[in-house]
Amino acid sequence: MAGVTYGTIYAIVAIGFNIIYNATGIINFAQGEFVMLGGMTAVTLSRFVPLPVAILGAVVLTTIVGAVIEIVFIRWLHRPSVLRMVIITIGISILIREIALHVWGESVRSLPYFTGTSVTSIRLGGVYISPQVLWAVGVGAVAVALLSAFFNLTMLGRQMRACSANRDAARLCGINAGNMVTLSFMISAAIGAIGGCVVCPITYVHYDSGTPLAIKGFTVAILGGLGNSTAAVGAGMILGILESFSIWVLPAAYKEAISIAILLLILFVRPSGIFGSAEAARLKEF
Amino acid sequence: MARRYSMVAAFAGLVVAIQVATYLAGAPYHLTQLTMTAYYSLLIVGLCMLIGYAGQISLGHAGFFAIGGYVSAFLTTHDLAAHKGLRLVALLQKAGMLLERSDLYGGSHLVVHPWLACAAAVLLAVVIAYVVGGPVLKLRGHYLAMATLGFGIIIYRVALGTELLGAADGISEVPGFPLPFGLIISGNASVRVSNYYLAWGLVILGMVLLLNLIQSRVGRALSAVHGAEDAAGAIGIPTARYKLNTFVLSAAFASVAGVFLTHYNGGIGPSEASVMKSVRYVAIVAIGGMANLWGALLMSLVLNYLSLRGYFGTFDDAVFGVILILIMLFAPDGLLRRHILADLKRLASGGASDEEAA
Repeated sequence: MAGVTYGTIYAIVAIGFNIIYNATGIINFAQGEFVMLGGMTAVTLSRFVPLPVAILGAVVLTTIVGAVIEIVFIRWLHRPSVLRMVIITIGISILIREIALHVWGESVRSLPYFTGTSVTSIRLGGVYISPQVLWAVGVGAVAVALLSAFFNLTMLGRQMRACSANRDAARLCGINAGNMVTLSFMISAAIGAIGGCVVCPITYVHYDSGTPLAIKGFTVAILGGLGNSTAAVGAGMILGILESFSIWVLPAAYKEAISIAILLLILFVRPSGIFGSAEAARLKEF
Repeated sequence: MARRYSMVAAFAGLVVAIQVATYLAGAPYHLTQLTMTAYYSLLIVGLCMLIGYAGQISLGHAGFFAIGGYVSAFLTTHDLAAHKGLRLVALLQKAGMLLERSDLYGGSHLVVHPWLACAAAVLLAVVIAYVVGGPVLKLRGHYLAMATLGFGIIIYRVALGTELLGAADGISEVPGFPLPFGLIISGNASVRVSNYYLAWGLVILGMVLLLNLIQSRVGRALSAVHGAEDAAGAIGIPTARYKLNTFVLSAAFASVAGVFLTHYNGGIGPSEASVMKSVRYVAIVAIGGMANLWGALLMSLVLNYLSLRGYFGTFDDAVFGVILILIMLFAPDGLLRRHILADLKRLASGGASDEEAA
């Protein structure tokens, strides 16, 4: 079941990538850092306040960080090139990681299990599952459902989609495109932080845990077709499960190398992803 | 032509001046970090060629550096005595390509000669660059950045996870690299000055090679590829081949740097392959002016030296992160670019300076 847990967090990171990609056409390499930041902040806050409040506080704080990043680094750039954005977001991720290192040190932290303890298990159709896995999967599913409702049903979500489809046209309709981009950073920071909190009891959190997540999340985003959040969930599960099975074949030390090799393979063979259409991919700007 | 070599001469003068200065100041130990800086600089000018002139980003060049360093370190330390029966080992021994070497405890090891190890290391790096570069360089933008980043992480993970390569400890006890005329590349304090000149001599050699390349037909073709890849292809430039060859060349530079620095340091660890190293190299190329070999070289000299001397303390990685962000926000074409004076004038006269290619 470890595969499913990891799969959930990969999917959540991938959805974060997709939201920002859809709104701006850029890949935010600091996406994994939101997950790390969410987990870390929740761990620290949980020492002073009850767990639910700590998680809420962590999500709010990370959301603010997301907004600040967009306003300080992205908003005022006029049609930046892709390469420039890649390097800036990599710089941001290094900065967040270094700040985390100086704030929290090098120790590995984790949150307590939301319900029960690490040995509690629930019998579900013949297999024993830790309740935390159910939490992770449940929260992931709710997040995807809420997001899709948001983008399809609410006015704000529709405005965001309008901006991603055609920024200039959206502007002419009176939509504040700049604010929509800020909002996309806030949403993806928020769901990154939520994901970081739910899986933290199982996967632990460390100042350096953001980068691997970002790369795997990207793998999943590509696997599902960049910009397609529903497919990202399926792709996340595939990667998580593949990765946990790879331990049977190769030493655990190579686990990460395997998932990146999968990424390279997809990029080489089918950059539009398994679920994406090749024709649509050709129209996008990479 | 004349200007090209006058810059080389000026730089050689600077190298000599620095050595004399450390001698006069009675601080020859600075030369150790300066020698290490030289090898990193070799990688950086190669990367500058790839990023600045061919316009292809690589976030995985520490990987090629590590391939060079690890292969050479492994071959020159791994005891082949147990495999004496193998035909290849016997053949190598007959050709004088194996060395008897005694370890700390007086035991005898049969290891590969550093020259052969170096050749094998660079060859492997070049082959890997060809194999990986083919499909990778077809990608653009995010995908290219992610793919090269991924490549770097795979190398890092393999180095970190393989027992044979010393896992987290890396490989130590790597012997010096013998050269003709009694010279040797090693970190021994008695050969510090000669090593300093050897290292910077190698960098200058690399620079001359690259400078000539830029002025040649290949260099002009590359700048056409950088400017507009489709247009370059339309006028008959084999863009894919030029990009790949530049990628392989820069990988070769990185692996040579890795080989020699490993022999100089007497060891290599997985941190040499880490993502942060690759990012740092890109940061130095960026601050040096992207398409400016001399700028990259000077920045590499200054920043690597400061970093190796520990001036940035625990903020070492953060410094390079901040440099990257600031450069990309305010001077996306690099800081020390050729037209910097003209740009300043334009800025002073209040003209728009925020134009850039999308």
